[in-house]
Amino acid sequence: MRVVLAEDLFLLRDGLVRLLQAYGFEIAEAVADGPGLIRALVEHRPDVAVVDVRLPPSFTDEGLQAVLEARRQVPGLPVLVLSQYVEQLYARELLADGSAGVGYLLKDRVFNGDQFIEAVRRVAGGGTALDPEVVSQLVARRSREEPLGRLTPREREVLELMAEGRSNAAIAQRLFVTEKAVGKHISSIFSKLDLAPCDDDNRRVLAVLAYLNG
Amino acid sequence: MALARRTGIGLLRGLALALLTPLGMPLFVLRIFGLILVPLGMGLLVFVPSTLAVRALANLHRRLAGQWLGVPVPQPYLPPPHRGVIGLVKRMVTDPATWRDQLWLLLNVPVGFFLGVLPLGLLANGVRGVLTPFAWSPNGAGPRPGALGGVDYVGIPLTSRENAVAAFPIGLAFLVALVWLTPWIQRLHGRFHHALLGPTRRSELASRVRRLTETRADAVDSSAAELRRIERDLHDGAQARLVAMGMNLGAAERLLDEDPAAARALLVEAREASVAALQELRNLVRGIHPPVLSDRGLGDAVRALALASPLRVEVEVELPGRLDPPVESAAYFAVAELLTNATKHAGARQAWVDLKHEDGVLRMTVADDGHGGADPSLGTGLRGIERRLGTFDGTIFVSSPVGGPTVVTMEVPCTVRR
Repeated sequence: MRVVLAEDLFLLRDGLVRLLQAYGFEIAEAVADGPGLIRALVEHRPDVAVVDVRLPPSFTDEGLQAVLEARRQVPGLPVLVLSQYVEQLYARELLADGSAGVGYLLKDRVFNGDQFIEAVRRVAGGGTALDPEVVSQLVARRSREEPLGRLTPREREVLELMAEGRSNAAIAQRLFVTEKAVGKHISSIFSKLDLAPCDDDNRRVLAVLAYLNG
Repeated sequence: MALARRTGIGLLRGLALALLTPLGMPLFVLRIFGLILVPLGMGLLVFVPSTLAVRALANLHRRLAGQWLGVPVPQPYLPPPHRGVIGLVKRMVTDPATWRDQLWLLLNVPVGFFLGVLPLGLLANGVRGVLTPFAWSPNGAGPRPGALGGVDYVGIPLTSRENAVAAFPIGLAFLVALVWLTPWIQRLHGRFHHALLGPTRRSELASRVRRLTETRADAVDSSAAELRRIERDLHDGAQARLVAMGMNLGAAERLLDEDPAAARALLVEAREASVAALQELRNLVRGIHPPVLSDRGLGDAVRALALASPLRVEVEVELPGRLDPPVESAAYFAVAELLTNATKHAGARQAWVDLKHEDGVLRMTVADDGHGGADPSLGTGLRGIERRLGTFDGTIFVSSPVGGPTVVTMEVPCTVRR
């Protein structure tokens, strides 16, 4: 799998390159600024891009802007955005075009190599990887209102994990239940939230996120 | 009709002000008298009350000049000193505004009176001129002595019918002049009060310097408090966690050979501590300067704030560009504080934020549907906002009747970088 990496701090860039290579990824190019990132993304069309939000030369949300621009030119290009802090507004913008293959995680998640790599693979495969912090804020904001308030605590847990972009199998493993039980919870959530049921994992995640963002 | 009404109101107001002018004379004399007696001690008992009375009278005229004459006159007095009666008297004697008041008392008698009764004079002359031809009697050699009286009209001897008829257009001219000139006379009257009762350029600058000194002290105080808070947060939070992490790592290093399982547990703990330390640093940074504010500016930062708020917040932004970073920051934290208040204290469900930059002023309105009753003089939060905006000559206005809704309007003069 080919990766384009954007990170301005040399130490972190180096660490990420080594981590990704150790898990068998091929680094197409590692860049250190926004303009370089757009060029690399359009040129290499990688299987996935791993991008730091804050990049030179402006040291603002240059990475995010570059990714959004690249996705306009190459629709559906899978991108995983990393940041020192997560911002609802940015998650919303990443998800705004409605196509899958989006990730938005806190930089600290890199510390847990296995889970981070799992997230990179998920995004590359057209899935979603949202930071638990983003999701819990999203859910907390709507939880005072109906119908989200009607979910049982367990259903709420499943909803949050699903919104993070995890598969049924991963949710089952996380909650120590069977996949079948997870499926039951999910259909109950969908009927309570009045969402049309669907079998495709990625589309289901997007439906849930669209609901939470609405 | 509206014209007649306006003229009538102007005339009555002028008259009322003219009738007030004699009040100034006894006060004028009393104060001079009091001042002469001050060295004898007893004078204070005259000087202080008479000065207070003069100020009350002057303030009444300042208010009326704004309400009636369309020329608002701000108060020029220096604020009273902090210490004692002697300081107060000293300040009264040395305040230039005191002596400009005194001059005003004197000049108001002729000037204020004249400008006040001028419309009435125009009216009287006009009415008399218009009625003269009808009242003039052709029988006999002279004018008929009657209600209109007198033997001439504005210098025209009323000895012939022609002359009496000529009085008609002149009277008409007086009436036209009355309607035409009354607003102008009122403005002139207002300017007269403003010239003597308003602040001079010098006192304006002095009060500006006072205000700057106050707000600068506030700014220094609050930034010092802010630094102390950051220091404390770092010390109790991230710093402590890093120490714990270092200790865990040291212990893990020692145990690595003898007890790998225990070493592994310590390493996991160390990693978790690093995550927690990062979380604390993130929260701290957000409290100092939210990254989205420097990334995107005030508009998007407030939108992000709205997304993070448990309330339903509608945000309306009309900003043509980025503001100066310090203003952005003060405005952001003001809105954040108000949204927190709406959630915590007002029990609101919905809030509205409106940001607009017009004519060199940033206008921010934050409204909520909570139960109101916010009192700016009690809430430290609102006072804090007032101080923070005060540094930029900004103002805050709170309308929060019991039962709601609360509407807070803030204005900060600032420029926009396009």
